[in-house]
Amino acid sequence: MCGIVGIYSKSPAVSDQLGRHLSDMLVQMGDRGPDSAGIAIYRDPVADGLCKLSLHAPDAEVDWDAVIAELESALGVISHRIVGPQHALVAVAADAATAQVHLAATLPALAVASAGSTIEIYKDAIRPAEFAERFALERISGTHALGHTRMATESKVTTAGSHPFSTGQDVCLVHNGSLSNHNRLRRQLREQGMAFQTENDTEVAAGYVAWRLRDGATLHEALEGCLEDLDGFYTFAVGTRDGFAVLRDPIACKPAIMAETDDWVAMASEYRALAVLPGADEARLWEPEPATVYSWGSAAVPS
Amino acid sequence: MTADGLTAEQIVTFDLSEAKPRELNAVLHDPDITSATYRVINPGGRHSIAVGAVAPVSVDIDGHAGYYCAGMNQLAHVRVRGNAGTGVAENMMSGTVVVEGDASQSAGATARGGLLVIEGSASARCGISLKGADIVVRGSIGHMSAFMAQTGRIVVCGDVGEALGDSLYEARIYVRGSVKSLGADCVEKPMREEHVAEVAELLQRAGIDDQDTADFRRYGSARSLYHFNVDDAQAY
Repeated sequence: MCGIVGIYSKSPAVSDQLGRHLSDMLVQMGDRGPDSAGIAIYRDPVADGLCKLSLHAPDAEVDWDAVIAELESALGVISHRIVGPQHALVAVAADAATAQVHLAATLPALAVASAGSTIEIYKDAIRPAEFAERFALERISGTHALGHTRMATESKVTTAGSHPFSTGQDVCLVHNGSLSNHNRLRRQLREQGMAFQTENDTEVAAGYVAWRLRDGATLHEALEGCLEDLDGFYTFAVGTRDGFAVLRDPIACKPAIMAETDDWVAMASEYRALAVLPGADEARLWEPEPATVYSWGSAAVPS
Repeated sequence: MTADGLTAEQIVTFDLSEAKPRELNAVLHDPDITSATYRVINPGGRHSIAVGAVAPVSVDIDGHAGYYCAGMNQLAHVRVRGNAGTGVAENMMSGTVVVEGDASQSAGATARGGLLVIEGSASARCGISLKGADIVVRGSIGHMSAFMAQTGRIVVCGDVGEALGDSLYEARIYVRGSVKSLGADCVEKPMREEHVAEVAELLQRAGIDDQDTADFRRYGSARSLYHFNVDDAQAY
């Protein structure tokens, strides 16, 4: 099953409370995905040439002080925040590619959940309500955010297999559904130089979008490409540095509902996750059409 | 007395910000209930509101309902003053269900009797596997609607998405607007006098009085898919 949510702020008041809104939405979707939860939030951009890394230690507790010291000597650490025993956010004085190559070589036990100027990703194989509390989501502010509650079907219940997936800078994707051609597509994308960390089908979709963006497509074009090249069921919510988009496959088995007010745009698997937002009663509500890309921010189609 | 001619004692209010849908449904499962009207406030998109009612009572839902609202309904008159999620009135047996807003996918799925009225639009798979109920949609309906629909009638005042009536049996479909495409074995058929009368009767029962029955077209099964054809014997 799985539940997905996304919110894009259009007002400072909503941005200030973004984490609380995201948390409320995520908890409402707990029934749809009790085995894991994860979020991507966009906030606090770093300067050009720097990079924010969301690091995750999948297997065991890690000595974060030693990790930070190592990154400080090799790349230079601008700031860091240890977010519990298995997660840390580090801003380094290097570009994302350099940082990721260095991490893969020197700290291979660490997974890089996201890299970019604004994105942060946190995920864990725990119940969504517990997740929201552990990561103190209500205290986070930001411009836009995605969330996912997982009921695993295609790969193991692990934090690494949880959503969101990010395989390109500041690009990430959450997915409700299952893809059937992900093995072949993963192989083809690897031949194109894309790297994957798991056997998960959704990571392949994120990799596909990142690959198309790398080759110059707009987010809108990349998502239209999904309609041609992905086989399976999907409702996607996608985030970029300053954009937000939603796509459903042509069969549209997987649910989605969207709402917009003057202050925010939001999508969710079900209305009850939108009902908790301020002004939901007066929001414009609609069910996204199959095989149609909806986008906001820089991801929007120029009119 | 209220405007409906009921005494205040006959109206029971369920606030779903406090009560669970199951508590409401347990009451509606009693065929001997005496109150005439159940008012449901703060539905908040919760699932399975007013499922399995068995008595001729009114259930008035003040807001948006989640999945399977008024499923398996018998005799009750359910009104949703908002949108309904997946599978509204699924497997309805009798009574009426009115959705004042839009309905999500699989509205009226497998419904066997009664009337489902959607005053907004319905999305994909409206009336899938319909087994005898009537569905009237004031707006439009999505793709794969009336898939394998067996009996019953569907009236759509707006447009229809792709693959209408795929693998259709004997349900009758009337559409006023455009049909994006017909599914396998679904064909347009002539509107005879009895069909115009049928549309008029269904619109009247749905409380829609601003449509011209002459604008509707009829779709039904070509009956080439579900009959055994001896020429195809080798294919089995």
